[in-house]
Amino acid sequence: MEKMNSLFPSIVSRPQNSGLMNFFVPIISIVLTLITGSIIFVLLGFDPVYALYTFFISPISSTYGISELFVKATPLALIAIGLSYCFKNNIYNIGAEGQLTMGAIFGGGIGILFHDTNAFWLLPLMIFAGAIGGALWGLIPAILKTKFNTNEILTSLMLVYVALFILDYLVVGPWKDPFGYSFPKSRPFSESGRMPLLFDGLRVHFGLIITLFLILVSWFIFSKTIFGFQLKVSGYSPKAARYAGFNQTTLVFFAFAICGAFAGIAGLAEVSGPIGLLYRDISPNYGFTAIIVAFLGRLHPIGIIFASLVIALTYLGAEDAQLFLQIPSAVGFIFQGLVLFYLLGAELLINYKLTYKKLL
Amino acid sequence: MSDTILNIENITKSFPRVVANKKVTFDIKKNAVHAILGENGAGKSTLVKILYGLLEPDQGNIKLNNKDFKVSSPAEARKQGIGMVFQHFSLFDSLSVKENLILGIDEKMSYSDLEDKLKNISSRYNLPLDLDAPITALSAGEKQRVEIVRILLQDPQILIMDEPTSVLTPQEVESLFVTLNALVKEGRTILYITHKLEEVISICDTVTIMRSGEIIDTSSTSNQTAKTLATKMLGQKLDDLKTNYGHIKDEVNFEVKNISCDFNDPFLTDLKNISFQVKVGEIYGIAGVAGNGQSELMDILTGENINIKSGSIIFDSKNIEKYGPQKRRDLSISFVPENRLGHSAVPELSLSENILLSQFPKNNFIKNGIILKNNVDEFANNVINEFKVITPGNDAKASSLSGGNLQKYVIGREISSKPKILIISHPTWGIDAGAEHSIRESLIELSQNGTSIIVISQDLDELIEITHKISVIYDGNLSEPFKTSEIEIEKLGLLMGGKNE
Repeated sequence: MEKMNSLFPSIVSRPQNSGLMNFFVPIISIVLTLITGSIIFVLLGFDPVYALYTFFISPISSTYGISELFVKATPLALIAIGLSYCFKNNIYNIGAEGQLTMGAIFGGGIGILFHDTNAFWLLPLMIFAGAIGGALWGLIPAILKTKFNTNEILTSLMLVYVALFILDYLVVGPWKDPFGYSFPKSRPFSESGRMPLLFDGLRVHFGLIITLFLILVSWFIFSKTIFGFQLKVSGYSPKAARYAGFNQTTLVFFAFAICGAFAGIAGLAEVSGPIGLLYRDISPNYGFTAIIVAFLGRLHPIGIIFASLVIALTYLGAEDAQLFLQIPSAVGFIFQGLVLFYLLGAELLINYKLTYKKLL
Repeated sequence: MSDTILNIENITKSFPRVVANKKVTFDIKKNAVHAILGENGAGKSTLVKILYGLLEPDQGNIKLNNKDFKVSSPAEARKQGIGMVFQHFSLFDSLSVKENLILGIDEKMSYSDLEDKLKNISSRYNLPLDLDAPITALSAGEKQRVEIVRILLQDPQILIMDEPTSVLTPQEVESLFVTLNALVKEGRTILYITHKLEEVISICDTVTIMRSGEIIDTSSTSNQTAKTLATKMLGQKLDDLKTNYGHIKDEVNFEVKNISCDFNDPFLTDLKNISFQVKVGEIYGIAGVAGNGQSELMDILTGENINIKSGSIIFDSKNIEKYGPQKRRDLSISFVPENRLGHSAVPELSLSENILLSQFPKNNFIKNGIILKNNVDEFANNVINEFKVITPGNDAKASSLSGGNLQKYVIGREISSKPKILIISHPTWGIDAGAEHSIRESLIELSQNGTSIIVISQDLDELIEITHKISVIYDGNLSEPFKTSEIEIEKLGLLMGGKNE
């Protein structure tokens, strides 16, 4: 037992961590990810410089590529900023994918209902419905958490699959396109139910403007309002929040509802933007990947913008790598996983140090 | 051959702001229950932590069976024959009794060996256990039994028990005493840490009394009474008393009536029919040894816990027992709980931001949900200047301040809004003498300006210095109040030790 104790390192809290490290942690994680990535490429028998170029540079070496980068970064940034309402409050909502899906169903449902209507109010109504759908889906784990003290990590995650099955049912059942040759997809939305494109010939759409606006609003809420302050305090120290008399139940509800609404808008922006209708695979796990974006961006609005671009690049890089290097596109997920791994590792080592002291 | 098992000689241990053990010297006889009696902070825990290898003494020697005894970890202490049962259990809740026992012992042992040994131990020492029950299903007394059995599996010569009865029901206490007697009959020695006078007299053979890190006396319990023990434990504290009653108005403005509260948790103390009244300008002290219901009462006074079973709190002829903290602040009632870091202040936030934790109606900090930063900063600067808080500025993180400075800041924040009532728990806990003095001065000054103050504290010196009336809380019961200027220290000591004659 004593011998074993000296083998196991234990972690000891560091007295003070420097604010500068907040900035360096994401950078260090990205650098370590690139190094590890190169090693993986070498092991697979590729020239690492060429592979990294294919992965990270060639996707954005054209105007179209840059537009695609923003197309992918838009939902990631929007969901991540929503998630930061929860994470700041120490609520681990990992069900944004489900909230995104529900937003797409609610907003898309309006689009399908008015598929032959062309009116200026259609898109705003769809966006609103998307936000409501996401928020309602987010409120389910909030109610379960505050009333029955369930763990929101589990409930929000399980609700993702419920939402995906509902979407599945709708597009093969009641909402199937009657002229769609039995493909599991809905009718296309009318032109006025689509996100306007920002530039001719490029897919980057109005969702980007909505995202930037909501990031700006969130920055204001986090740094200037008492609501943002309350979220922060109850995240840092629930006891202090209770002492201050902040209503923690209300905070949990708001955090989930806002996060759900943002994810719902992101979902609606996907289906009314690049996709144009409802079908099974509307999101390549944006809701999950946004968790990485939120932490890589240190829950800070500016950080989240940069982090969403970096992670969006792993999506594009994976597609190019598949095309030019014949590597499975899953390599993109490996990069995302590596970033998160190094991020959490660096975070731990900044707040704690390893010692080999005896435990007992 | 001597009958002494442990000689403790000149043990000294200092911490940054306090000397916890000053030249502690006494012997422990074999085959006996030896009590160490003292108030909180008397140095009892430090001493037993040294014996159990959790702390290293600065000076001094310990001899076990006349041989030098020096250990640097609990595992070594156990090997040398010293075991300890802590006040808070260290068991895995989701595992069974058997699994916890196997995990907790230092040698390897098979389940069948373990069961044989256990049968023996259980019957010899009155420690029945259901080996397959999960820990969560056990009462506090049964959990303690698991801890005792775990230590006994290693056949210790000396068993240290830290406040063993604090989480037990009276019946469980009876059965624990049967166990302790059986252990002593077998030739083992028990070192019994307590502040309960009754227990010392009823089951201990010898008692060592500690006060402020020093040994006051070691003697046989046979010629002691609760009264003599209480006097020795507390010392003479009434030297230079200058309580001033002149400014107190004959008008009650805060009243607690028959508050009872059940928690169903062995680590919390149920409150039993607590009543008291505070007059305008009066400082009312609540004394008592830690863990007798102080923090539970504090939560009810602040409104952090509004789930009381019965009773009422009346302020300005309003019933406020169902009000949360903010609603109470709106009535100009202010609170400072015991813990600074993470309760009355958030360590990660700046001093300025920490102002916002406690807002009173006349503070102009928020407009339409937006924080008026200039007003908050100005308020923070005033607190810093007026209460001489040493800090680089209002944007310094709360965690960067020393305990005393942060406490001055927190109390300053509350006092600056000129509350009608201030409810404060352990105002000078863990801070330096300078800050302690200035905080006590500010509290006295505040009361002279008409604020009523309720002080919960374990520090009797502090209560005697600043309060006008004192009650004692023991096991969730609050005694009648005594005028501080006429108080008898023995009476107080007896009440704190749970004896009410």
